[in-house]
Amino acid sequence: MTKPLLLKGIDEPGLDTLEVYQRRGGYDALRKALSMTREEVLHELEVSGIRGRGGAGFAMGKKISFLPKGAIDKYLVCNADESEPGTFKDRELMQKNPHMLIEGMIIAAYAGGINRAFIYIRGEYELQAQKLEQAVEEAKRAAYLGEGILGSDHSLTLWVHRGAGAYICGEETALLDSLEGKRGNPRLKPPFPANQGLYQGPTLINNVETLATAPVIIRMGGEEYAKLGTAGSTGTKVVSVSGHVQRPGNYEVELGIPSREIIYGLAGGPPEGREVKLWFPGGSSAPVLTADDLDVPYDFDSLAKAGSMLGSGAIIVIDDSTPVVDVAMKTAKFYRHESCGKCTPCREGTNWTVKMLERIDSGEATPMDLDIMAAVQENIIGNCLCVLGDAMAMPIGSMILKFREEFEAHIEAARARNELATTDEAPPEALIQGAVA
Amino acid sequence: MAIDPQRVPRFGHGSRVPGWDEAADLSKDPAEVPDPATTPVPEDLRARIEEYMRRYPDPRSAVIPALHTVQDRYGWCSPEGIEQAACVMRLTPAYLLSVATFYDMLFTTPVGRNDVFVCTNISCSLCGADELFAAFHEHAGEDPEFNLRAFECLGACDIAPMASINGQYVGPIRPDEVPAVLDAVRRGEEPLPDRQLKYRKSTDPNAA
Repeated sequence: MTKPLLLKGIDEPGLDTLEVYQRRGGYDALRKALSMTREEVLHELEVSGIRGRGGAGFAMGKKISFLPKGAIDKYLVCNADESEPGTFKDRELMQKNPHMLIEGMIIAAYAGGINRAFIYIRGEYELQAQKLEQAVEEAKRAAYLGEGILGSDHSLTLWVHRGAGAYICGEETALLDSLEGKRGNPRLKPPFPANQGLYQGPTLINNVETLATAPVIIRMGGEEYAKLGTAGSTGTKVVSVSGHVQRPGNYEVELGIPSREIIYGLAGGPPEGREVKLWFPGGSSAPVLTADDLDVPYDFDSLAKAGSMLGSGAIIVIDDSTPVVDVAMKTAKFYRHESCGKCTPCREGTNWTVKMLERIDSGEATPMDLDIMAAVQENIIGNCLCVLGDAMAMPIGSMILKFREEFEAHIEAARARNELATTDEAPPEALIQGAVA
Repeated sequence: MAIDPQRVPRFGHGSRVPGWDEAADLSKDPAEVPDPATTPVPEDLRARIEEYMRRYPDPRSAVIPALHTVQDRYGWCSPEGIEQAACVMRLTPAYLLSVATFYDMLFTTPVGRNDVFVCTNISCSLCGADELFAAFHEHAGEDPEFNLRAFECLGACDIAPMASINGQYVGPIRPDEVPAVLDAVRRGEEPLPDRQLKYRKSTDPNAA
C-alpha cells in the first residue's frame, strides 16, 4: 500500500498558493529549523538517512557536510531538469505543491550556510515553472525569502531558471555549465561541485524530491523518518509507473516493498491476458529486469544486488507484445540524440549501437554482431566524463545478456524474410514487422 | 549555423561536392560585440534581458533566458534578435548562436506559430506514440502554422501518448482525434479540455 508524505492531500484546491499551504502547516518546519542551529538541522538530515532521489542515491546529509564552512559564496541548485525517460514525479510535486520545494530549499540552504539558490527547471515544464515563479514571489512577499528570514540571520535569494530542452542538463556538472550560460557539456570530476561548482564556488545540488522531503524530516524528526523504509534506504519514494500498466501514475511507497506490489497492486499490471516481459526499475538508464525479478524489494540496495538500480524511481513496464529489439532501438536512439558529443566513447558508441540495431532489424546482421554490440557497451562504461553513455550501455548490455535468444531469432526472421523477398520489391521493414509481431 | 544536410550538394554516388564546407570568409572582420550605436534594440526586450542579467552573480547566466525572450518576441532565434540580445549582453552573436544550437527548444530557423511537441520516447511509444506522431504529421506536417516535432521524454508518461501543445500538456490522445485537436488549436482554444494535464488528479489512492 502507499504511504504518502509528499503526495498527502496534494489535490487540495489552491495548495499551490501560500494561503492554503500555510493553513496546512506549511513553513512550520522552516520555523522549527530556524529555531535550531545549523549543525542541529544538518544532524537531523544526516540521521534521517535520506538518499538523493534523482538517480545517484547519494546521502543528502553527507552531501551538505562536504561543503566548506565559513563565509564564502556558496550556492544551492535544485535539479528540476527531470528528463529521465519514465520519470514524472517532480512535475507533479512542483505543479501542485511548489511551496514545499521552496521550504525544503530554505532549510537545506540554512543547514549548508548558503545564501544564493537557483531552481533549474527543464524548459518543457512551462506550467510548473509558472507555478514555481508565482510561489517564489509569494514567499518573497511573506519574507520567507530575502534578508533575515523570519528574524533570523539567514538570508536567501532564489530564482527559477528555465532550461531549453536538453537531457544532458540533468547531469549535475552539465547543469552548472548550462546555468552559467554555456552549452550543457559535463565537466571533469573531481573537483566535485561541493568544492567547485557554480561560478567555481562550493555548490550543493539536489533533486526536487530530495529537497521537498526536508520539511517532512524536520517536522517528524530525523530518527522518526529513518524508521520508514529499510536500513539502507530510509523513507518513502514517489515512484512513477508507466508503460504497459493499467493505472500509470505516481505512487508514494515506503522503500523496500516488493516491486510486484507496485507494478501489479498499485498500477494494475499489464492489460488483461498479457505478461510482464521486462521492466526498467529506475528510468531508461537502469539495466532491465525480467518477470523473475518482480519480487525484488524496491529499494536502493536490493535493486543493486539484483543487477540494476533504483535510479530516479521510474518503473517502465514492457509486456510480451513488444519485441525487445524495439525497446533497445528506442532507448539507443534517445541516447544518441541526447549525447552532447564531448566524449568519443559516448558520441560514437551511441551512434554505432543504433546502426547495429538497425542492421539487426533489417536482416543484415549476424549473431556475431551481438557480441560486437555487447563489446561496444562495455567500452563505453566508465570511459566518459559523465554517465550518459553508461546510461545507454547498461540497459542495452543487459538486454543482450537476458534476451540474446530473442535477438538471434529476430536476426534470423529478418534474414529469412529478406531471402524470400525479391531484391527490389517491398521494403524489408514492412515484412519484418509482420514477422515479429 | 548547423549544416543542413539537405542543402549540401552531393554527387550521384553520395560524396559531397568539394567546397561544401568552405570556411568563413577570412577577409571579413571577425564577429564582434554589436555596437549599441548602430544596433537598435526594442526597449521592452532590453528591459527584460537586463532584468535577467541582474539575477545572477555572472550576467552571462542570462543567456538562455535572453534567448527565450528573443524567441517569444520573434517566434524564433532570428539573426536580428540574436544581434540585439548580444548587444544588450555584450557578447558576440556567434556565442549566443552556439548556445542556441545546443538546445532543442531554441529554434535557429523560422518555425510555425503553434508548437506541437509529440513525445515519442519509450513509455509513450509503448502506448502508441509513433502512430500518434504519424497522424499529426499527416494532418499538420505541411502546415506552416504548426511547429510539429517528435520530442524526447516530456515527463508525462502517465498520460501517454501525449503532446505538449503550446506548452500545455495534453493526453492521452488517440490518432483519430488529431484533426479535432488541430482545429481547436487553430481556433485558439484549449484542445481536449478533459485531458489537460493541469486538471489531472493524483493516482495515488491515499493522496486525498
